[in-house]
Amino acid sequence: MKHLPSERHTLSILVDNEAGVLARIVGLFSARGYNIESLTVADVSDDHAVSRITVVTNGPPPVIDQIMAQLDRLVPVHRVVDLTDWGPHVEREMALVKVAGAGEKRVEALRLADIFRARPVDTSINSFVFEVSGSSEKVNQFITLMREVGLVEVARTGVVAIARGAEAV
Amino acid sequence: MGTEQTGAEIVVQALTDLGVEVVFGYPGGAVLPIYDALFQQNRIRHILVRHEQAAVHAAEGYARASGKVGVVLVTSGPGATNAVTGITDALMDSIPLVVLTGQVPTHLIGTDAFQECDTVGITRHCSKHNYLVKETAKLGPVLHEAFYIARSGRPGPVVIDIPKDVQIMKARYDKPGVISHKTYKPQVKGDLAAIEAAVDMLAAAERPILYTGGGIINSGPVASQLLRELAKVTGAPVTSTLMGLGALPDDHPQFLGMLGMHGSYEANMAMNKCDLMLCLGARFDDRVTGRLDAFSPGSRKIHVDIDRSSFNKTVRVDLTIQGDVGSVMEDMLKVWRARGHKTTDQKAWWGQIAGWRSRNSFGFEQKGESLLPQKAIQRLYEMTKAKKPIISTEVGQHQMWAAQHFGFHDPNKWLTSGGLGTMGYGLPAAIGAQLAFPGALVIDIAGEASIQMNIQELGTAMQYRLPVKIFIINNEYMGMVRQWQELNHGGRYSESYSDSLPDFVKLAEAYGWKGIVIEGPHDLDAGIQAMMDHPGPVVVDCRVAKLANCFPMIPSGAAHTDMILSAADEVGPADDDAKALV
Repeated sequence: MKHLPSERHTLSILVDNEAGVLARIVGLFSARGYNIESLTVADVSDDHAVSRITVVTNGPPPVIDQIMAQLDRLVPVHRVVDLTDWGPHVEREMALVKVAGAGEKRVEALRLADIFRARPVDTSINSFVFEVSGSSEKVNQFITLMREVGLVEVARTGVVAIARGAEAV
Repeated sequence: MGTEQTGAEIVVQALTDLGVEVVFGYPGGAVLPIYDALFQQNRIRHILVRHEQAAVHAAEGYARASGKVGVVLVTSGPGATNAVTGITDALMDSIPLVVLTGQVPTHLIGTDAFQECDTVGITRHCSKHNYLVKETAKLGPVLHEAFYIARSGRPGPVVIDIPKDVQIMKARYDKPGVISHKTYKPQVKGDLAAIEAAVDMLAAAERPILYTGGGIINSGPVASQLLRELAKVTGAPVTSTLMGLGALPDDHPQFLGMLGMHGSYEANMAMNKCDLMLCLGARFDDRVTGRLDAFSPGSRKIHVDIDRSSFNKTVRVDLTIQGDVGSVMEDMLKVWRARGHKTTDQKAWWGQIAGWRSRNSFGFEQKGESLLPQKAIQRLYEMTKAKKPIISTEVGQHQMWAAQHFGFHDPNKWLTSGGLGTMGYGLPAAIGAQLAFPGALVIDIAGEASIQMNIQELGTAMQYRLPVKIFIINNEYMGMVRQWQELNHGGRYSESYSDSLPDFVKLAEAYGWKGIVIEGPHDLDAGIQAMMDHPGPVVVDCRVAKLANCFPMIPSGAAHTDMILSAADEVGPADDDAKALV
């Protein structure tokens, strides 16, 4: 089964906001040899009782099914949704990108940032920090371009995702 | 109700409310308050083991024999880490346990305090669920929830880590009503449409087989009765995993015996050639399937399991039914009858099976002076069966021979470490089972190597006057290791000889047990009879042929159809891919 082609899936996991829950989820992935491309977690309820964990993983479809089943049987997990199978959904990622340089490179960096709707959130006489958000592809592309004009370092959030339309998953 | 109690008193009160009669444990600094509370009551009996691993195995034995939740109480640090093997064993074999561990006081957690370890971190992946309870007021609800989680759904071990200050502080405790959990809701009832589809597939099959597992035992004795009915109405052959033995009587005409690596030829061949496989509470373990791409290639497969993650994990199936296997079988029988299905004509299928059966794959020939281990177990079975004994085992050749040659007629009589394969399991498990059934004949079928892994528990049995019997199949080798070295590693017996063995009779006597030696075929029956006649605990050192191999066997990486039936069939050394398998 592991020889089938790998697919990228975005999973949304609602869990009790309790100590150790993240360790349970992450530990399950490492213990069973599943991949994590990115992972985000934050409290998403009024009473701070529930967190949403968004995991981007990849594997052949039977492995993705196993991941879903394994997550679903953890006691503190409320709900697991494979957004990739679910249907239309929005995926966004945010990155902070630091570039340094002077002269034409500095001007070009600002120009490219404008095209990508990246905002400078910190400026010094020879550097910028840009905030860019969008799909992972867009963020990747922006970072690639910034390499040409003095990329220093990058911090990324990983993917957050939500289903389109009026319904909650 | 309403008055405040210490955390330790709440633990004891909650255990009492939950109907707990026996706790297996070992005291230490971080659980002293709970031990003090136990001292001041007489409703719960505490069994003092000699090592915490044995406390967990004893609780497993108690749980498996009685169907109740086993309870363990150990201290922090080494108490908890010693319990880890048992907890993992219970997880692999789906045994309901609640393990209470002491912890350093909350203000010392994270400071590397004396006997501190990250118990919830260490047990997170070897327990069904675990808790660190930081407030005394939560102890009662957590205990009740833990029992619910341990015994419902796919059963398993639940660990509750209790810091010492939480045991001492006071809070109110009220016995809760019916427990439900906001996120954990096991599915008991199977989907009716799927059950109807399964029944129709079964009714249309020409070569059906029922492949049954430990889920039937876990579901309760009713499930074993339902299996007998299902076997009757469908007329299908039945095979069982190691964990499921006893669900159908060993001498039932439709029973093909255990399947898998050391299962019967007819069971494995029937699995390979069937056109419909109904898997009931088993999980397509690698010991059962052999080489996956050759596993039952021509069959449609239906899988009934309470745990969704068991579906399609290693073998793709055509239909899944999530639910308690007893409940699903009950519904299947209703649908079968409602639709007026008749037992199908399986004459040709049973004819094929008769051919495989005639190979007599569990057969052996006892001749000469050295006693064959198979013969020893066969006689042990024949001489004790009238007493309906409970059998535990250690792990290795003796375990497989016991599975092959001891007949099980009822569920909850067979206690063996299947998933984890834990040497040292059998003696403590027998102690636990004997506590659940003080009048029963409980025998640990052991090997001379395995028994030494928890030999200190001879003291526990003596202390509580438990008449446990240990029947050591002594071949002076870690026999299964030696067998694999013979088959796969050129007969280089690297570190598998049991050197410097103790005199088991003297050892038994040192603990106050009776010791008996069986030297060979001539004194086998007399030795077994002497064991049965002694009212107290007995160690039998049964000397058997040293180099006997456990057959039949599916070599690692081979298909069901490539079974080795006897030493004469032995194939050449395994290739590297096969050698890499366990």
